[in-house]
Amino acid sequence: MCDNLISNIGLEVHAELSTDTKIFCSCKNEFGASPNTNVCPICLGLHGALPTLNEKTLQYAIKMGLALNCSINSRSEMARKNYFYPDLPKGYQISQAEKPICENGYLEFLSEGKVKRVNIERIHIEEDAGKLIHSEGKEQSTYIDYNRCGVPLIEIVTRPDIESPRQAKDFLETIKSILSYLEICDCKMQEGSIRCDVNVSVHKDGEPLGTRVEMKNVNSFSGVFSAIEFEQHRQFEILKAGGTISQETRRWNDAQGRSEVLRTKENANDYRYFPEPDIPPILLNYDYLNSITIDKSALPNLKAINYYLNLGLSQTDAVFIASDNELKQFFDLCNGIKQDYSNTTAKWIMTDILKHLNKNRLALSQTELTPEYLIELISLIEEGTVSSTGARKIFEAIIANDSLSPHELAEKLGLIQISDNSFLENLADDVIEKNEKSVTDYKNGKDNALGFLIGQCMKKSKGRANPALISNILISKLNK
Amino acid sequence: MNNTNLTAYEARKLLKSKEVSSAELTTKALRQITENNEKLNFAISIELDYALKMAESFDKTACKGVELNSIQGLPIAVKDNICTVFSKTTCASRMLKGYVSPYNATVIDKLSDSIITAKLNMDEFAMGSTTETSYFGAVKNPHDIEKSPGGSSGGCAAAVAVTDALMTLGSDTGGSIRLPAAHCGVVGLKPTYGSVSRYGLIAFASSLDQIGPICKSVKDTAMLYDAICGHDKRDLTSIGREYPSALKCLTGNIRGLKIGVPDEYFTSDINEDVKTAIFKTLTTLEKLGAELIPISLKHAQYALSAYYIISSAEASSNLSRFDGVRYGYRRDDNSSIEELFVNSRTEGFGDEVKRRILLGTFVLSEGYYDKYYLKAKQTAQLIKSDFQNAFSAIDVIATPVSFNTAPKLNQKRSPVSVYSEDFCTVSANLCGIPAISVPCGFDKDSMPIGIQFMADSFREDLLLNTAYAVETELNLFQWARRESYVR
Ligand SMILES: [Zn+2]
Repeated sequence: MCDNLISNIGLEVHAELSTDTKIFCSCKNEFGASPNTNVCPICLGLHGALPTLNEKTLQYAIKMGLALNCSINSRSEMARKNYFYPDLPKGYQISQAEKPICENGYLEFLSEGKVKRVNIERIHIEEDAGKLIHSEGKEQSTYIDYNRCGVPLIEIVTRPDIESPRQAKDFLETIKSILSYLEICDCKMQEGSIRCDVNVSVHKDGEPLGTRVEMKNVNSFSGVFSAIEFEQHRQFEILKAGGTISQETRRWNDAQGRSEVLRTKENANDYRYFPEPDIPPILLNYDYLNSITIDKSALPNLKAINYYLNLGLSQTDAVFIASDNELKQFFDLCNGIKQDYSNTTAKWIMTDILKHLNKNRLALSQTELTPEYLIELISLIEEGTVSSTGARKIFEAIIANDSLSPHELAEKLGLIQISDNSFLENLADDVIEKNEKSVTDYKNGKDNALGFLIGQCMKKSKGRANPALISNILISKLNK
Repeated sequence: MNNTNLTAYEARKLLKSKEVSSAELTTKALRQITENNEKLNFAISIELDYALKMAESFDKTACKGVELNSIQGLPIAVKDNICTVFSKTTCASRMLKGYVSPYNATVIDKLSDSIITAKLNMDEFAMGSTTETSYFGAVKNPHDIEKSPGGSSGGCAAAVAVTDALMTLGSDTGGSIRLPAAHCGVVGLKPTYGSVSRYGLIAFASSLDQIGPICKSVKDTAMLYDAICGHDKRDLTSIGREYPSALKCLTGNIRGLKIGVPDEYFTSDINEDVKTAIFKTLTTLEKLGAELIPISLKHAQYALSAYYIISSAEASSNLSRFDGVRYGYRRDDNSSIEELFVNSRTEGFGDEVKRRILLGTFVLSEGYYDKYYLKAKQTAQLIKSDFQNAFSAIDVIATPVSFNTAPKLNQKRSPVSVYSEDFCTVSANLCGIPAISVPCGFDKDSMPIGIQFMADSFREDLLLNTAYAVETELNLFQWARRESYVR
C-alpha cells in the first residue's frame, strides 16, 4: 500500500445457525422472546445438567464446510474454553479446539475485479453466550438475558490471506450470501446473526509476517471495513516512525470510528482448552456424510464468478444477482432461453425489475413477469419492434398483472414501431416541408436542428416511428 | 417390627408379604437417622414430612394391588451432590447452602417409588477421603466416633451402617464410594462408567464420576444397582445396551473364577491387619474353587498422579459456574464484576476445593497442558491397557480398598498424604471399570476392613457374585450385626 507495506488480514466469522432448537438442549432458538423465557437447566448451566447434541448443528456446519471446500473430519471433538464472564453461565463455552468439524478449505469470490481466493483454516461449532443489558439512568444496573445461551454458532476462521478492507468486506458479503443460500443462518445483521473478529498484521514486502493485532466486537461489514482501515493506518504510522507493533487485542468502537486496547499480550486470556468430558468425540460415518449434500454449482460465489468471467456482467451486477436466490434462478432461466441477451437481462433485473420489487415490497414470483416474457420483451427492443420507452410501458403492464404477452401488449398499447420505409419516407417529406427554418439551420451546420426534426417525426407518428430509421432517412434527404 | 439391622432385601420380603408397611419402615429409618445423626453428623437434610407422606401414599397404592418389584417403598438416602427438587442439594458447601434444584437427577426419577428420607453429608464437592471437608462438619465413623468414616461419601456409609433397611446412593470419582464402605463395614459399588446416568449429579470430574449404591449387604447393593442402571438419553456418556439383573446373578458359586492378585497393590505400606484379612479372604475364595493368579499392573504406581491431575483439571472447569452471579453464595459489596467473582469464590469454597481448583487451573494452563494434563491422559491410557491385558486372562482383580483402616479425625496431614489414601481405588475410575468394596474383616481395634474387586466393564455381575461369596462365607455381616454401633 504505502512504502511497500503489505497487510495480512484474517477473519473469524461467527454465524448463528437457524436451527429450531439450541445446540445442547431443546429450548427454542428464537430471537426477540422475553428475557430468560427460552431457558432450561442445561443452557442456564445449572450444575448437574448435561448437554446433548443437536444433530442439525452438525448438518449445517458440514454444509458450510462443503461450500467452503473443507475436508470434513469424520472424528471431531468438543472442547471447553474456560473464562469468567457474567453472560457465560457455566464459566466455560463449549466449542471445538484441536479437532474441529471442518478444516482446510478455501473460498473464491469476486473482489476488486478479480477472482480472490482466501484459504479457510477451519470451521467449528460452538454455543453462543447470553446478553448483558445495561440499564441507563441513575442506578447503573446490568441485567442478563440467557435466551441466547446455547444458540448454535459456527465460527469460520480464515488464513491471513486478505489484503485490503475492500476484500474483507467482499469476503463477508460472500459468506453471508452462502449462509443464506444454504438456509443455515438468517443473516440478520441487526440481530447479531453474523459477528466478526478481525486480525491485522503489517509487514514490509519480502519480510516475514508482522505482529498480529486482534480486534473484537466488530458487528457490521462496514465496521469491518473501517476497523481494518483504521488498524492498517495505525500500524503503518507506527512502523514509519520506526516503532514496533505490540501484540494485543483491541476493541472496535464503531460509533467513534476507532479501536482501543482491550488487553495486551501480558494480560492475554489463557482459555485452558481441554476436551469436553460430557460429550464423547463426534464420529460421522460414511453414510451420514454422504447424506449431507449441497448443490455446489448454484453457490452464489461460483455463480457470480461465472456471470462475471463468462457472461461479461459487471462485478456488481454479477455478485448482486448471484447472491439473491430468486434473481439468480430467474436470470439463469432467461439465460437458458437466450444467452446473447445476458447483459441486457442483467440490466433489466438491476434497474426496472428491482425498482419495482423494492418499491412494492414484492418477490419476483408474486408478479406476472416470467423469464419468457422478459426475453420476449428484450427481443422486441433488439429487433426494433418497440422503442425502449415502449418496452418500459409493456413491462409496467405485465407487472400490473396483465396476462397478455409482451408482443400482444405492444399491439394492444399501440407501441409497435413503424419501420415501413414508404411510411417513413412520406413522414420525413412532410416534416421537412413544414419546417423550413430548421432545414435551413441544419444546412447551416446547426446539429440540434436534426434532433428537432426527428422529434417532430416522432410526434406526428405518436412515437411509433422507428427512431433509428427515421433519423437515417432524414439525414439522407437533408443532405441531398 | 422388632428386627434389628434389617437389610433392604429382607425388608422388601416383609413388605411384599405385607408384614410391614412402607410407612413403618420409613418411620423407623427416620427415627434412627435422626437419633444417630446427632452423634455422627451424616445427614445434611432429613425429610421427615416428605418421606412419611411418600410412604403413606405408597402404602395406599400398594394396597390396591400394585405389583411390588425391586425397591419400591423402601427407604433410601442420597448423597447431597445428587439434585432433588423436594430437598436441598448443598454439595456440603457454603457455596450451595440452602440451594434447591429446579430439577431431579435421573437416578432420583428412577427411584420415584422409593422413599427418599435424607440428603447425606460428604466432603465438599466430593473432594476428600475423610468427609472432613464438609462445610457442615465432619461425619464420624459409627464404629469409633473419633475416627473418619472415609470419604467422600462418608455420610452414606455411616447412615447405612446404623439404619435399618436403608439403602444409599453415593458417588465415586476416585474411590468415594468404596473407601467409606470399607471404613464403615458396608458394601459399596462403583459401577462401570456410563452404566448409571450422571444427569443431575453435581460434577466433580465428569470423565470419572459415577453414581453407585452403598448398602448393608451385597443383595441390597445389587438391588439398588439394578434400579438405577440403564441408558439415559440426557447423558451422552451413558451407554445404551442391555442391563441384565445383577440380583439374579447372585449364586455365590465362584468355582473356576480366575482372581488376579496384582503385586503392585501389596506394597510395604500396607497395614498388617489389612494384609492378613485380605489374604485370609483370598484363601477362603480359593477353597470355594476360585483360582488365584499373580498378575502385574505395571503402571499402577502412576495412577494416583494421573488421577489427581485429570480430576483437578476437570473440577477447575466444572466449578467455574459457581461465580456468585446467578445463584449460590455471593459477596455483595464488590467494586467490579471481577471482585464479585473473586470474593464470592474465595468465601464460598473451602480450602480443599480451592486447592483442587488451583491445581486444575495450573495443569491446564498454557505451557503446562502438554506436560501435565496430556501426560496424565496418556498415563491413564497405559493403565487402561494394563487392565485390558489382565482381563484377557482373568475374571476379577482383588486388592485392598485402602492400605489402612479408618484414620483418626482432625489429624494434621499434608494433602499429599491424604491423597495417597486413594492409591488402590483410582485406577478403576481412570479405566471406567466397575469395582466393589465388601467387608472382609476387622483390625485389632475392631475397625472394619474392606476388600476390593475390579472387573471388566459391565461385569458388575462377576463383582457382585464374588462379593456375595465373600459375604456369605465369612459371615461377617451376621457377626457385625450383633455389634452395637455408636459406642
Ligand atoms: Zn435450554
